[in-house]
Amino acid sequence: MADLILSGPISAPASRWRSALARGGARLWIGGVLVALLLLIALFAPVIAPHDPAEQDLMSAQLPPAFMRGGEAAFPLGTDSLGRCVLSRLMYSARTAVSVALIASLLAAIIGIALGLVAGAFGGVPDQSVSRLIDVWMAFPPVLLSIVLAAVIGAGLVSVIAAIVVVDWTRFARIIRAETQAQLARDYAAAAHVLGLTRAQALRLEILPNLVPLIVTLLAVEMGIAILVEVILSFVGISVTGDTASWGGMITEGRQIVYQAPWIMALPILAVIISVIGFNLLGDGLRAALDPVQRR
Amino acid sequence: MSAVLEIDNLHVAIGAANVLRGVSLRVEAGEVRGLVGESGAGKSMVGRTIFGLLPAKAAIRAGQVQFEGRDLLAMPDKERRGLLGRRIALIPQDPMTSLNPVRRIGAQMVALLQLHLGLSKRAALDRAADLLAEVAIRDPARVLQLYPHELSGGMRQRVLIAMAFACDPALVIADEPTTALDVTVQRQVLQLVERMRQRHDAAILFVTHDLGVVAKICRSMTVLHAGRVLEDGPTADVLVKPHHAYTRALLAATPRADRPADALKPVPPALIESLWAEARRLDQLTATRPA
Amino acid sequence: MRWSAILKRLALIPPTLLGVGAIVFVLLRVVPGDPIAMMIPPGASPADIARLRALYGLDQPLLAQFVTWLGQVASGDFGRSISLRQQVFELVGARLPATLELAALAVALALMMGVAVAVVGSLLRGSRLEWLLDTANGFFLAIPDFLWALILLLGFGVLLPLLPISGRLDPQLAVAFRTHFYLIESLLTLRFDVAADLLRHMLLPSLALALPFAALVARLLKAQLAEAEDQDYAQIARTRGFSRTTILQREVFPNALIPTVALSGVQVTLLLGGTVLVERIFSYEGIGNMAIDAVINRDFPLIQGLILTFAVLFIALNLAVDLLVAVLDPRLRHG
Repeated sequence: MADLILSGPISAPASRWRSALARGGARLWIGGVLVALLLLIALFAPVIAPHDPAEQDLMSAQLPPAFMRGGEAAFPLGTDSLGRCVLSRLMYSARTAVSVALIASLLAAIIGIALGLVAGAFGGVPDQSVSRLIDVWMAFPPVLLSIVLAAVIGAGLVSVIAAIVVVDWTRFARIIRAETQAQLARDYAAAAHVLGLTRAQALRLEILPNLVPLIVTLLAVEMGIAILVEVILSFVGISVTGDTASWGGMITEGRQIVYQAPWIMALPILAVIISVIGFNLLGDGLRAALDPVQRR
Repeated sequence: MSAVLEIDNLHVAIGAANVLRGVSLRVEAGEVRGLVGESGAGKSMVGRTIFGLLPAKAAIRAGQVQFEGRDLLAMPDKERRGLLGRRIALIPQDPMTSLNPVRRIGAQMVALLQLHLGLSKRAALDRAADLLAEVAIRDPARVLQLYPHELSGGMRQRVLIAMAFACDPALVIADEPTTALDVTVQRQVLQLVERMRQRHDAAILFVTHDLGVVAKICRSMTVLHAGRVLEDGPTADVLVKPHHAYTRALLAATPRADRPADALKPVPPALIESLWAEARRLDQLTATRPA
Repeated sequence: MRWSAILKRLALIPPTLLGVGAIVFVLLRVVPGDPIAMMIPPGASPADIARLRALYGLDQPLLAQFVTWLGQVASGDFGRSISLRQQVFELVGARLPATLELAALAVALALMMGVAVAVVGSLLRGSRLEWLLDTANGFFLAIPDFLWALILLLGFGVLLPLLPISGRLDPQLAVAFRTHFYLIESLLTLRFDVAADLLRHMLLPSLALALPFAALVARLLKAQLAEAEDQDYAQIARTRGFSRTTILQREVFPNALIPTVALSGVQVTLLLGGTVLVERIFSYEGIGNMAIDAVINRDFPLIQGLILTFAVLFIALNLAVDLLVAVLDPRLRHG
């Protein structure tokens, strides 16, 4: 009897996966492939990059990509003003972006989900305090706040990650809070109460599992956002320092010589666009795939 | 007598499913005809065909719909729009959702009067106030200034009735106008519709599943099931000596003052099943025959 | 009922602003770098440094500094900028109009584009073109204003140099303005050559801000139009002989507009936040660009003043959207 109430929708897991994939459609596939590609490049950058990203060769500075006139096969996407290989720097930048995105999104998710769950499940004073905190956060311009934070903490990856986590935990907290309240209002939550589960048990056994699809979707979206924030901070000049490659830094450098060598700015922009589109499509696809009651 | 509406052998399908299987129907000028059937019988599809509101996947496979001698289905869209709202009007089913929530009652009535009668705004407002007075709404000038949510369901239904008769139509199609209302309001609304019909000299096609309503106000009736006409004739004849077993079963399932409620009998499932089997057989016949 | 909700929102504004102020204040005081060190000439004596610290109140305990600052802010004194050596209030007052004009132009452009795309998409419903339009719209929605700014800079500033990519006004025009609302002033004084030059400078940055917001408006409005078109009142309007365009315009659009305004209005704050980077990229002299300079120069009073300005703008915008929805929806007005 108890098992019946707790088991949720009854259907074979295999067919559920298949129908979920079908609902996700082309968005899920294209987004998945783009994101997988990005992760692979980030992971294997040292193996596949043709050059050391910091290796300077002033004799061959500002070379255009190999397929353009004046390009050299040794530098498939050309070189920057210090003669560093653009392709290699793009690949190492992906490494920077992905590590920031993974760590920052996970930390923001953990903090946001914890606060959102507490606020949604317990109501009263905890809910009031979390909600007021979110109100205050929503009154900050997010980009400016992360810039100030990163500047205050000082340059470096840790500061970028901290800036993203501190600014973006509200994205998770707001949605998880609302969804927890909605879940608690449903019948099976009442059934759990009847079965004598404590509120903490009900949260762990009943509510959290039902939030997993939502959390997965939010994470995909947040990783896209985190990549952007890293780009923004390195563009403003307060992300990673020195020779560490980052797309934002490459864009800033390219901006200075944009009239002589526009591709140096265009290529990292393209890399950012592809990553952002990838995470967006993946997020959209996951939302469609994991939400069985979606209307369209 | 001349017919305002004459439907002849109308076939409508939604995708692969037939919803009307050769419906023929005649509404004489000034008469009140009941169109009776359970849900899914296709009675609302008849109305939708007349108003050009069939769903996107629906197709008219065969048949004619003549209004005052003109073929509604063949005429250009613009010509048909000139008839709708002016010569053919609708009293909708649900007064709560049938008025635009963000426009004042006056604006909604004026738009209709201006479209079809070419009145000035001033004249249209006066006419709208007269119409509201006709449907026994007190203080019409004030009601014209109100939004739908400020009126009760019964009041909104009166407004909708006033709008249906606003341009003196020849035919009003009443689509279960009492279903969504309280029992106490139902009687008043029926009386109101009948009074407005007499004043404006219109015919009414009264779509309903309620035989009691039909008995009260309809002179003739048509019984529909599975998109087919099972019975057609003067109300008195059909109700007293129904030809079809289905009509008899429906009558047995209708509450009456002269017998106890527990004497009600549901329509036998076997009868329904045989009717659907017959409908499917008809579908196969038409499918094998070249159109 | 609705009005009490708005009153409640009003009551929450002071504590929210206080929270914003406190967080910024504390954040900036725990910073390791010393702002004074950046403004003194090399070789200044320790006594000079101490004097400067005292001048900016940096020698007081944190809480005392906060209370002093609160009192000053309450009386309209936001302190002096360390790097620009002017009153923060005046600095912000001189730059804010530039940002407001830019954001207003962006919102106007976005609404025009978004409404047009939504209406065209609704008329194309069910066709292959609709799919194409939706896909393109998703693309525009996914790319944020910051990237659009870079793309537009590259496209129309460098590769196809049609428009200026830096500044607010051609310095050669040498116009004297009485207010800081240059665009509005030049239009009111009929200096159309100046207005045209201002608009040419504003076009790329405002377009960068407008594109993702337009895509959002288009998506929301199109979905709401489809929903409103399915409602009984819209179907019944067809039984009264109204044409599809009339119904779309009179019955469907006003109803679809209400949820669209409510949902997208909040996102205007994101557009406003986007001015920080977009102004930076196009060297446009608004408060966003100023904020980045202030951060780089560790100019605490200016950063505080600017963040508070953004916070006030955000809160005011949210409130304005609530009021606008109440005005558009008679059910809320009378509730």
